[in-house]
Amino acid sequence: MSASTTSAEVLLRASDVTKHYPLRADGLSRHRKVLRAVDGVSLEVRGGETLGIVGESGCGKSTLGRCLVRLTELTGGRVEFDGRDISTLSTRRLRPVRPGMQLVFQDPQASLNPRRRAGDIVAEPLLVHRYGDGAAVRRRVAELFDVVGLATAHLDRYPHEFSGGQRQRIGIARALATNPKLIVADEPVSALDVSIQAQVLNLFADLQEEFALTYVFIAHDLGVVRHVSDRIAVMYLGEIVELGETEALYKEPAHPYTQALLSAVPDIDDGTVTDEVARERIVLSGEVPNPVDKPTGCPFRTRCPYARERCAVERPRLTVTASGRHTACHFPLVD
Amino acid sequence: MPDQPLLDVRDLRVSFRTRRGSVTVVDGLSFSVSPGEILGVVGESGSGKSVSMLAVLRLLTSPNATVEGAVRFRGRDLLALPDKEMRAVRGREIAMVFQDPMTALTPVYTVGWQIAEQIRAHEKVSRKAAHARAVSLLSDVGIPDAASRANAYPHEFSGGMRQRAVIAMALSCGPALLIADEPTTALDVTVQAQILDLMRELNAQGSAVVLITHDMGVISQIADRVLVMYGGRAAEEGPRRAVFHGPRHPYTWGLLDSVPRVGGPRLRRLPTIAGMPVAPGSLPEGCAFAPRCRLRHERCEERPVLSIGSTGADVGAGADAHRDACWLPDDDRASLRLTSRSAATDVPDLEREATP
Amino acid sequence: MLRFIVKRFASALLVMFAISVLVFLIFFATPGVDPAARIAGRNADPATLAQVRHSFGLDRPMPIRYLLMMRHLLIDRDLESFVNRGSRVIPQIVQATPVTLSLVIGAALIWMAAGIIMGTAAAALRGKAADPLIMLVGVVGVSLPAYWLGEVVNLITQKQLHSSVFSWVPPPGYVDLSHDPGQWALHLLFPWLTLALLYAGIYARLLRGEVVTALNEDYVRTARAKGLSERRILIRHALRCSLIPIVSLFGLDFGALVGGAALLTEVVFGLPGIGKLTFDALQNLDLPVIMGTVLYAAFFVVLANALVDILYARLDPRARHA
Repeated sequence: MSASTTSAEVLLRASDVTKHYPLRADGLSRHRKVLRAVDGVSLEVRGGETLGIVGESGCGKSTLGRCLVRLTELTGGRVEFDGRDISTLSTRRLRPVRPGMQLVFQDPQASLNPRRRAGDIVAEPLLVHRYGDGAAVRRRVAELFDVVGLATAHLDRYPHEFSGGQRQRIGIARALATNPKLIVADEPVSALDVSIQAQVLNLFADLQEEFALTYVFIAHDLGVVRHVSDRIAVMYLGEIVELGETEALYKEPAHPYTQALLSAVPDIDDGTVTDEVARERIVLSGEVPNPVDKPTGCPFRTRCPYARERCAVERPRLTVTASGRHTACHFPLVD
Repeated sequence: MPDQPLLDVRDLRVSFRTRRGSVTVVDGLSFSVSPGEILGVVGESGSGKSVSMLAVLRLLTSPNATVEGAVRFRGRDLLALPDKEMRAVRGREIAMVFQDPMTALTPVYTVGWQIAEQIRAHEKVSRKAAHARAVSLLSDVGIPDAASRANAYPHEFSGGMRQRAVIAMALSCGPALLIADEPTTALDVTVQAQILDLMRELNAQGSAVVLITHDMGVISQIADRVLVMYGGRAAEEGPRRAVFHGPRHPYTWGLLDSVPRVGGPRLRRLPTIAGMPVAPGSLPEGCAFAPRCRLRHERCEERPVLSIGSTGADVGAGADAHRDACWLPDDDRASLRLTSRSAATDVPDLEREATP
Repeated sequence: MLRFIVKRFASALLVMFAISVLVFLIFFATPGVDPAARIAGRNADPATLAQVRHSFGLDRPMPIRYLLMMRHLLIDRDLESFVNRGSRVIPQIVQATPVTLSLVIGAALIWMAAGIIMGTAAAALRGKAADPLIMLVGVVGVSLPAYWLGEVVNLITQKQLHSSVFSWVPPPGYVDLSHDPGQWALHLLFPWLTLALLYAGIYARLLRGEVVTALNEDYVRTARAKGLSERRILIRHALRCSLIPIVSLFGLDFGALVGGAALLTEVVFGLPGIGKLTFDALQNLDLPVIMGTVLYAAFFVVLANALVDILYARLDPRARHA
C-alpha cells in the first residue's frame, strides 16, 4: 500500500503545525482570545529513531503529540505520515492509516476502560481494524501479552487488578496490536515509581529493537528524555526552541531555555560525574507566561537572562547555526 | 554528639485496621533530626515515608489508625501530649507542607487570610497586624506585589506561586522544624529549582527541614543527611555524601542506578529493581527488600537491624553514623553493587512482575 | 453584571413563553375538555354555548386565542376565570402570594437551620452512634408524605389533644401579618414545621455527605497542620465549602415552593396560597388561573436560578470569573 521506509527515511513530517483553541470571550472585552497551544512547529521523525519532545507543563507538547497522529484537528500546517498528508484526510480515508500510528498515554489508570478485561482492551484495535477471526485475535492478544511481559494468565483480569507498571504494559500492548510503525508516547512513565519506570523504559527499548519501531517520546523529565531519545525537541509556549542530537544538546545547549532547563535538574551527585564541568545553575525568575498572552518576539524573552532589544521585536525562527545546531534564538549560545 | 536532637523518633509503628485485618505501614522506624539540619527521606510509594511524618504530627485522623512508639520533640513526647498542647505545636513549632499546592489551600478564602488565620491561632495579634505579617511573609518567599496578591484567592495563583504561599504560611510562626512532603513533585523543574532555593534559605535562617521525596536528585542537592525507607522500615541512613558516594543497601543501589540521568554515560537498558514495591500488609518476616533483592541469601529470612555494619551492633550511634539494614558482608559492598547492577541490566525476565 | 441580568431576563422570557404555549396546547388538546360547556353550566342549549364561546373568544383560531389570553393576562391584566365568573386572575395571585411567602420563608429558615445543624453534627460525629441516629431522623422526615403528616398533625392538634395540650392552636386558616403578627405566627407554626420536616432531612443528608468529603480534602489537612481547633476546621473550612452546593439546591427548592409546590401543605392547613389556588384551578380545569399560576411559578423558578448563580459567585470565588 504505502512505500516501505528504510531507517534513514523520514516517517513523519510536520510542517508549520498550529493548534489554536479559541476561548470564550469574557464579559468585558469583545474580541475573542486564542490559546496558542502549538504555534508553528516543524519537525521530522526518521524511521527507527526516537524523537524526544521535552518541555514544562503547558508548553504544548501533548497537544503536538495528538496533532502528529491526528487525534485532534490541526488549526494550520500539515502532517505527513509515511509519505502521505494525513492532516486533511477524511475520517474514512484516515481509517486504513490509523493502525500504523498509535498513542500510549500518561495515565494508564484513566486510559483503560475499568469495566473491560485486559485481554479485551488489547483486542479492541484488532477488532476495529478487522484483524481476523476470534481465534486469530485471541492468539495475537496472548502473543502481545507475552511481548510486553504480562502473564497470559491475567487476560481476564480488570485494570484495577494490575499495578501501575502493569497497566502501562497493557496500554503498550494495545498500541502494539496493529503492528504500528510509529508510537507516540505521551508521558508514559511519569506516573510510575522509579523502579517501575526503569522497567517500562527498558521495555520501550526492547520493543524498538525487536519491531523496528519509531517513537515520538513526550516527557517533562529530562533524564528520561535523554535516556530514550536519539534527537530531542525542546518546546516552550507552543514552539520548538531547540532541536538536536541528544548528546550535543545536553552537553552544549544552544538555546538559553534549554540551558536553564538542564541546569535546573537536580542531578544525583554520586561521586562519579567528576569530569564534566560543574554546570552553572541558572534559576529562572518568574513562571511560564500564559499561552493566551504570548510575549511579542521571542516567547522566552521575558525570562531569558540574555534577552536584548531585538528579542522583543522579532520572533526568532528555528534555524541552523554554523555548527549545524537547530535553534530559535537570535543569540544562540553555540555558533 | 554535638547536638541534642530536635526530633527523635523511636520505634514508630503505624498500622491500619482493614477488613482483611491489621496492616502495618510503618514498622519500627527510628530516626532523629538535629536542629538546623535537612533530613531527606526517600522511598517509593508504600515505603511509609509520608505516613510516618503524618504520624509524628498526629495528623492521621482515621479512626482505624494506630500509632505506637515514641516521638520526642524538644524533650516532650508528642504522642502523649493532650490535644490542645499538640495543636500549639502544630503550625507553631512544627509546620508541614504537602505535595499538591493546588488543593492545599481552602478555595473560598484569600491567601492572605489563610496565613493570618494561622498566625492568629498561635499568637495574640490583631487582624490587621496578622494580615501585615502575611503580606511580608508572601514577599519574603518571592511573591511579587505581595500586598495585592495577599487578597487573591488560591485559584488565582499558579502552582509554583501557590506552593510559595503554602511555604510562607508554614513559616509564619517561625517553626523550628518544617516537614515538607514532596513539595516540588507537582511542579515544573524550573519552578522546582526556585522552591528548593527557598527551602535552603529558610534552612539557613535556622529551621530544620525534613524533606520527603521520591527524587534522589532532589535529596542529593539539598539534604544533609538521608534516610532511605522501604516497606515501612529504614533501609539505610547516613550523611548525604556517605549515602550517595558509598551506598550500602541494595535498595539504595537500585534507586540510584535505575534513574536515567542528565549527565554521565547513557545506557541502552537501565538497571532495574525486579518486581514491584512491597504492598503494605504483605511485609515479609525478614528483610522487607529480600523478595526483590538479587543478592538475597538465607540470612535474609531474619530481619536485619539498622546498624553500622552487619554485626548488628549499634556502636557509636552518633548523628554522623552511616547505618544500613542489610546482612551482606561489610567489606565488599562496592563490588557487590557492580555485580548486582550488571545482573539488573541484563535479565529482562526478572521484571516479569508477580501479580498482587 | 448588567450583561448577566439582561441574559437572564431574556432566557426567563423564553422559558415563560415556551411554558405558556405548552400549557395552552395541552389544555386544548385534552379530549373531552370544552371550557364553553363548563362556563355555560350543565345542560346549556347550543345557542348559549355559542354565545359563551364567542364572548370568551373560544371560537377564534388557536394562535389568536393564545394571543388574546396573553394580552388579557399580561397587558390588560383583566383575564377572568372561566369558572368563577367575574373573578380576575391577577388579583387572585396577588392575594395568594403573601400567604405562600409566609409559609415558605418560615419553613425555609427552619429547615436550613435544622439541616445545617443536623448534617454538620452527623459529619462531625461520623463513626459514632449519634451519626446514624441523626440520619434516621432525616430519613423519617423525608419519607412522610406532606398530606399524611399534615392530616396527622391536624388530627392531633385540632381533635385528639385540642382540649388539653394543644388548646392554644388556632383552627386552620391564615391571618395576615399586618393584621396580627402573633396570630400570623401561631397559625403558621404547624404548617412551617410540617413543610420544614420534609426538607430538613434531605438537606441534612446532603450536607453530611458534603462535609464528610470536605473533611478528607487536602485543605483540611493543611488546616490541621496549622494548629487550628477541630471546631474551627469543621465550621470555617469544611462547612463553609460544603455550603456551596447546598445553596444551589436551596435556590431551586425555594423557587419551586414559592411558585406553588407547597400546595399539599397549603391545602391540608387551609392556607389560601398559590398552591391552593393552583390546586383548585386544576380541579376545575380553569385555564386562565392555571395559566396565570404556571407562569408565576416559572417566573419564580427562573428568578431563583438567577439568584442562585449570584449567590454562588459570592460563596465560591472560583465561580466569579466563569
